[in-house]
Amino acid sequence: MSSTVTRKKPDLKIQSAAAAKNVKAGFSFGEVTQETLALTKRLFIQLQRRPSTLIAGIIQPLMWLILFGALFQNAPKGLFGEIVSYEQFLGAGVIVFTAFAGALNAGLPVMFDREFGFLNRLLVAPLASRFSIVLASAIYIVTLSLIQAAVIVTAGAFLGAGLPDVLGLGTIALIVLLLVLGVTGLSLGLAFALPGHIELIAVIFVTNLPLLFASTALAPLSFMPNWLQVVVTLNPLSYAIEPIRYLYLHSDWGLSNIVMSAPWGDVTFGGALLVLLLFDGVALLGIQPLLRRTLS
Amino acid sequence: MAPAVLIENLQKRYGSVTAVKDVTLKVEPGEIFGLLGPNGAGKTTTLRCLCTLSTPDSGLIEVSGISVLDNPKAARQLLGYVAQEVALDKVLTGLELLELQAALYHLPRKIIPERINYALNLLGLQEYANQKTGTYSGGLRKRLDLAAGLLHKPDVLVLDEPTVGLDIESRMAVWNFLRKLRSDGTTVLITSHYLEEVDALADRVAIIDKGVVIASGTPSELKDRVGGDRITLRIREFSPAEEAEKAKQMLSTLPMVQSAIVNTAQGNSLNLVVTPQSDALMTVQKALQDAGLPTFGIAQSRPSLDDVYLAATGQTINDAELAAAGTRDLKKEKKQNMR
Repeated sequence: MSSTVTRKKPDLKIQSAAAAKNVKAGFSFGEVTQETLALTKRLFIQLQRRPSTLIAGIIQPLMWLILFGALFQNAPKGLFGEIVSYEQFLGAGVIVFTAFAGALNAGLPVMFDREFGFLNRLLVAPLASRFSIVLASAIYIVTLSLIQAAVIVTAGAFLGAGLPDVLGLGTIALIVLLLVLGVTGLSLGLAFALPGHIELIAVIFVTNLPLLFASTALAPLSFMPNWLQVVVTLNPLSYAIEPIRYLYLHSDWGLSNIVMSAPWGDVTFGGALLVLLLFDGVALLGIQPLLRRTLS
Repeated sequence: MAPAVLIENLQKRYGSVTAVKDVTLKVEPGEIFGLLGPNGAGKTTTLRCLCTLSTPDSGLIEVSGISVLDNPKAARQLLGYVAQEVALDKVLTGLELLELQAALYHLPRKIIPERINYALNLLGLQEYANQKTGTYSGGLRKRLDLAAGLLHKPDVLVLDEPTVGLDIESRMAVWNFLRKLRSDGTTVLITSHYLEEVDALADRVAIIDKGVVIASGTPSELKDRVGGDRITLRIREFSPAEEAEKAKQMLSTLPMVQSAIVNTAQGNSLNLVVTPQSDALMTVQKALQDAGLPTFGIAQSRPSLDDVYLAATGQTINDAELAAAGTRDLKKEKKQNMR
C-alpha cells in the first residue's frame, strides 16, 4: 500500500495535461453555447416540473385586468382622455408590470444556488465564460415574460382592449424584452451582492409595488401632482408602458409620435425606446463589478 | 513528471482569521493522498483554493504542472471536485444532472451518453438514473455527486470529507470506489478527520493542524517516527480509580514503559506506550500478577495516526475538535464559502 506512488501510465498523464494546456485561452463560441443551453435547459426543466410560478404569473395579471378594470368601470367616459374603457388603458400597464415583477425575481434561483452550494458546482467547472450563468437566467426570464405578455394581450383582446397589428405585437415584444433585460440584470446583480434570499426578497418587496404606483400603469400622468409626475417620468416602467399604450390606442403610431408629456418636455415613441436601451446599458454595466466579484 | 498536485506555502485569511497559515504538499500521480486533521484545521480552505473557489493570499498551486491561479480554466478541466455538502438540484433526475455536468465540462456530444453510462455503472446508479435526486437517500446522493465529479475523467479527483454522514455500507462503497479509481490511475486527494479512513485508504498523508502541515509521509513512516507500541489494559471491567492509579505507578517503573496514563473515559483503563519488544504483553501481565492485580483485558497495537497527531500537538484529534467546537462560527464559515 505504502510503496505505490507512481502507478499511472506516464504517457497518459502528459497527454491530458498537454491537452488542457491547449485549451484555447480565448472565447470559444461553441463552448459558451453548450454550457448556456445546458444551464437554460435546467431552468426550463424546473419550470416544467414546478409550474406554479408560471401559472401564478399568468393568473395574477389576469386578476389585475379583471378586478382593476371593474374598479373603474363606472368612471365618467373620457376621464382617461380619448380612451373608451379603463381596460384599454390598463392593458399596457399590466403587460409591463407583469414582465417587471417576473424579471425582478430573476435573481432568486441564483441566490438559492448560492445558498445550497449548487453555484460551486458551476464555478469549479471550466466554463468558457461564467457569464453563461447570467445569460441562461436572462434567456429563461425573457421567454417567461414573453409568454405572460402573450397571454395578457390575448386576454386583453377578449376584455375589449383591442389587438394591435403584427408590427405592434412585435414592438410590444421588443419593449418587454428591453425592460426585462435591464431589470433581470439588476436582480442578478443583487443576487450576487446580498448575503441571502431573505434580504433579496426584502429588496424585491420594497421595490415592486412602489415602482408600480410611481408609474403610469394605473393612472395617466395628468392625474398626478407635479412632484409625482417628476418621479414617474424618472421611472423606466413609464417608458415601457406609454409606447405600448400608445400603439394600443393609435393604429397609425410611429417613432416620432409623442407618447408622454413629462413636466420637463415631451417624450416621443422612439425617445422612450432609447431611454429603455439606455436603462439596459446602465443596468448591465452597473452590475459588472458585482458579478465580477463572484464570477471572474 | 510534474506532481499531480503541488501546493507550496499556501496562505489564506478570512478577515482577521487565518484559515490556512502555511500549507505545502505534493501529491504524486496515481496515489491516494489523505489530508488529515480536526475540523477547522484548514483542510476545506486548502481544497477550495486548489479548486479555484477561493483565491489564496499567497502561495503556489499547480495541477499537473498547470498553475491554478494563472490558468484556472485549464486547471478546472483537470480537477474533479466533490464538496462535503452534496449540492444537487432536487428537481432534476440523476441522469439530467450528469448531462448538465457533461455540458459544463464541454464533453463532445457524441461521447456524453457513453461517459454517463460509465459513471452510472461505476457507482451502481443505473436503476436510479431516471428518478429525481430529491428522492435519493444520503448515500445515493453522495454516489451521484461522485459520479458527477469523475464524469470528465479528471486527472485528480478532490474529495472533501467524502464519507461524513454516511452509513457504514455507503462508507465502504466509497472506499472501494476510491481504491478502484486508484487502480485505474486516477490521483485522489481526500480530506478527512476520520483516522481509520486515511489510514486504510491513503498511500501518503499530510496531517494539518491550525492551518499548518505538522507531519507528512506514508502512514507507516509517520507511525514509525512516533515510535513505541501501544498497550491498552483493563485490570477489571470497571476498575476503581485508586487501583488503576496504583497499577499505573507500578507499571511506570518497568524499563520498557515510556509513559502510562489512566483513561477515565474508558472505565479507568490504562494506556501505555512501550518500547516495541516481543514479550511486552507477557511482561506487563507478569508484573500485574506479582503485584496481586488481575487482568481483565489487554491488547497491543502499533501507534495510530491519532498518536502521530497527539505527539505533534499534545492533544488527540477528538479533543482538538471538542476544544474547537465552541470557538467556531459555523454560520460565518458558511458565508465565507458562499460565492
